[in-house]
Amino acid sequence: MTDTPTGGPREPGIQWYDGEAGPLVRPYAMTGGRTQPGPSGVSFDLIALVTLDPAAPAMDDDTVLGPEHRALIGLCRLETQSVAELAAGADLPVGVVRVLLGDLLDLGRVTVSRPVPPAHLPDERVLREVIEGLRAL
Amino acid sequence: MVSESDAAADTSALALKILVAGGFGVGKTTLVGAVSEIRPLRTEELLSEAGQSVDDTDGVDRKVTTTVAMDFGRITIRSGLSLYLFGTPGQDRFWFLWDELSQGALGAVVLADTRRLEDCFPAVDYFEHRRIPFVVAVNCFPGARGYGAHDVSRALDLDHGTPVVLCDARERDSGKEVLIRLVEYAGRMHTARLLDSVS
Repeated sequence: MTDTPTGGPREPGIQWYDGEAGPLVRPYAMTGGRTQPGPSGVSFDLIALVTLDPAAPAMDDDTVLGPEHRALIGLCRLETQSVAELAAGADLPVGVVRVLLGDLLDLGRVTVSRPVPPAHLPDERVLREVIEGLRAL
Repeated sequence: MVSESDAAADTSALALKILVAGGFGVGKTTLVGAVSEIRPLRTEELLSEAGQSVDDTDGVDRKVTTTVAMDFGRITIRSGLSLYLFGTPGQDRFWFLWDELSQGALGAVVLADTRRLEDCFPAVDYFEHRRIPFVVAVNCFPGARGYGAHDVSRALDLDHGTPVVLCDARERDSGKEVLIRLVEYAGRMHTARLLDSVS
């Protein structure tokens, strides 16, 4: 029988807990073990902005959405937020949030902006706005 | 001058990203906190570490996972234009996270502590190699000898033109100045590259 790093014996089928770090395996249980967002192929950058789609159905679909999905929708309802802010607000690892957002995107509940690709950095006008905005802080 | 990114954006909101890098304990989160309009938030990534698996009696490999935290803040420039500041995770083993973080970043601030200047070598190296615009901000700690910007530039063997700024990471005005210098520098570098590409 193998010992866990924390020293205790382990039963087959029990979620593995690390005494220090807390439940390591459980977060991905919310996504059914999926670690990548779905077939839409969108990769969620940390600063991709997520907005609730106003055209989406108003009623909650309890059969499809889990509590974590609804928590994310609740956060988006307040204001458009970045993926990073949603992860912090929902207190979930970013990887898990990416999978859940993929679901919401596929269901048409949210829209996601794509951050500027590296080759197309913001133009002069935007940079000047940023500098002026920073000076005004 | 309209950029292609305006046409490509799915929403009218634009988010920009600046990285804050530097050695352990140099003041990254302090700097972010001083300028951010929200208190620094933390995102976590769970990484499974290859090669450190524990066999259990089922014969199933379980990977050891590590939590990597990144503190970040936000500055809303105006409605529809926000600037996010991300503290980079530690400098060994997490370079692939830096690659992801650097995607589309405006540039970076490398915070330096003159008492341990060598701690920021890896970050300087990383950004220089990837040609990501960055400034070195020398965080002035009590007891540290005063160094001139030129001395620091030489000690770090910085590429010619990389700005070195003295700062106090705790002070909002100081942090503002660092960010302004970076955005100006990033703009100049970008323009210079555009000109190079058409000449």
